[in-house]
Amino acid sequence: MDANLVQEAIQNVNLQAIMPSLVLCGFGMVLLLVSVFSERGKTTHIAWLSIIALIITGFISLNAWNNPQAGFADSVLLDNFATFFSIICILAAGLTILMSDAYLKREGYPIGEYYPLILFTTAGAMWMASGTDLMTIFLGLEVLSVSLYVLAGFFRGQTKSNEAGLKYFFLGAFSTGFLLYGVALLYGVTGTTKLAGIAAYVRSNPDIVNLNDPNMMFIAGGLLLLTGFLFKIAAAPFHMWTPDVYQGAPTPITAFMSAGPKAAAFAALMRITIVGLEGMHADLTALLWVLAVLTMTVGNFIALSQKDLKRMLAYSSISHAGYALVGLVAWNEVGFSGILFYMLVYTFMNMGAFAVLVLVGKQGEENLTLEGLTGMGFKKPFLGIALCIFLFSLMGLPPTAGFTGKFYIFAAAIKSGYVWLAVLGVLNSAVSLYYYLRVMVFMYFKDPQEDFSWVSINAPAAISIIISLAGVLLLGILPGPVMEMAKLAGF
Amino acid sequence: MIDTSHYMLLSAILFCIGSYGVLTRKNAIVIFMCIEVMLNSVNLTFIALSRHVGNMDGQIFVFFVMTVAAAEAAVGLALMIAFYRNKDSIDVDDFNMLKW
Repeated sequence: MDANLVQEAIQNVNLQAIMPSLVLCGFGMVLLLVSVFSERGKTTHIAWLSIIALIITGFISLNAWNNPQAGFADSVLLDNFATFFSIICILAAGLTILMSDAYLKREGYPIGEYYPLILFTTAGAMWMASGTDLMTIFLGLEVLSVSLYVLAGFFRGQTKSNEAGLKYFFLGAFSTGFLLYGVALLYGVTGTTKLAGIAAYVRSNPDIVNLNDPNMMFIAGGLLLLTGFLFKIAAAPFHMWTPDVYQGAPTPITAFMSAGPKAAAFAALMRITIVGLEGMHADLTALLWVLAVLTMTVGNFIALSQKDLKRMLAYSSISHAGYALVGLVAWNEVGFSGILFYMLVYTFMNMGAFAVLVLVGKQGEENLTLEGLTGMGFKKPFLGIALCIFLFSLMGLPPTAGFTGKFYIFAAAIKSGYVWLAVLGVLNSAVSLYYYLRVMVFMYFKDPQEDFSWVSINAPAAISIIISLAGVLLLGILPGPVMEMAKLAGF
Repeated sequence: MIDTSHYMLLSAILFCIGSYGVLTRKNAIVIFMCIEVMLNSVNLTFIALSRHVGNMDGQIFVFFVMTVAAAEAAVGLALMIAFYRNKDSIDVDDFNMLKW
């Protein structure tokens, strides 16, 4: 082989571009070994080591802020955008680990592999956010998905958890098939899997996306590719897996899935539509308009009839994906940075709400229903008030972060002339008031039948609730600095 | 003369057979096999198109797809065994704990 070629290939690598996920994977592997050599049932030290790994990774990621690193022949680009999403995923993973330790012991599965799997999922999510080649994005997606299949089915003696894992696995693999077929078709037309290469091909051959006489292979490829990512962010009509998987999976994992991996899927979806399929954007926004409205409406209206709290939050998570899609429809700077901001806000408010549920549940979690919370607000005032603030934020009421997040996104939609979309979004938020408020009605306006004596607030879970509370309130009252960062990170 | 379009047609047919199987079959292992058929039809598409457009990217992608499919198989079969131990069945009609 030509020596110059080898030299050039080595220079192209630039490990700086994948350093954060590399460190995280390294820690994950070491922790797997640690868990093998640890006493059975002792996992607390692995949890804390994972937190340390995440903190180190966070600092390494922040190194790349305003200092973009490209590597692997431009198939990875660690820019501000990727860094912002990496930080979101690290936050989500950290909050999940904090609330997990006591939970795993209560449910009878103190198994050390749990934490390394979360680290691998986070590493996959970071690859997705920094990939600029469909190949790297696909690999990140699969590292993330395969670890999540295991985590969703982690309670292997519980049929509910098995079923959640299997359902997620089948539907995830099915959607991967469509995604890959889309990649193959795009590759066949453009001769490359690089997003920049695809965009360049469309710019020099604009006729292929002219809908009067399009290149069907390109259009079909683009749509199949989007299907795969819309599945991951749980947009209607690809949302059917979400409630089942969210309900059956271990509660901290449900929280994690709804924040970290969803943010990563949004990152990949944004990079693909904004960089790769830029040429189709007029037609894409028309399609995404319909999907955004459908997603938020389906999520909110089905959530109205839910009694199980995890299932209700699953439908609420679908509707929030719909709000975030509005930012993509708006297709302007405010909209793009609005999505980044919203994903951060959503991480705080949703992780917080789930952390409260993790603490309130009995073993087996049969009591995580609306009736199960009756009178909880008086018996456990801290958890009650925390849950109220998270729910206010999910509704989008000021002064919480949910309001500012929605405000930026709907403002972006109006700026681009999609007034009706913003109106439908606000109406949807009004519908969502009903099912969030109903939780509070059960917590405060009904006489307690139970004393909630099984609820013991452990320190790590309390820390994760306090961090989430701080995030929700700070981003609600002082959104400026973070929004400036999101603007630097957006496209 | 067999050209790229024949391979594309074959892989499209395979992909449709795979997705039809996923939607209609009841046995989890058969569904999993159908997903594998879909992935392999994608591999065939990649290889045919790689020759058609004249670079190696598609063939490299196939290696990644095969690796990922192997990892998915390991995880998927493990999940099926866990389910079978609890329910003595891997019929998808028995996935009935979670519904509204």
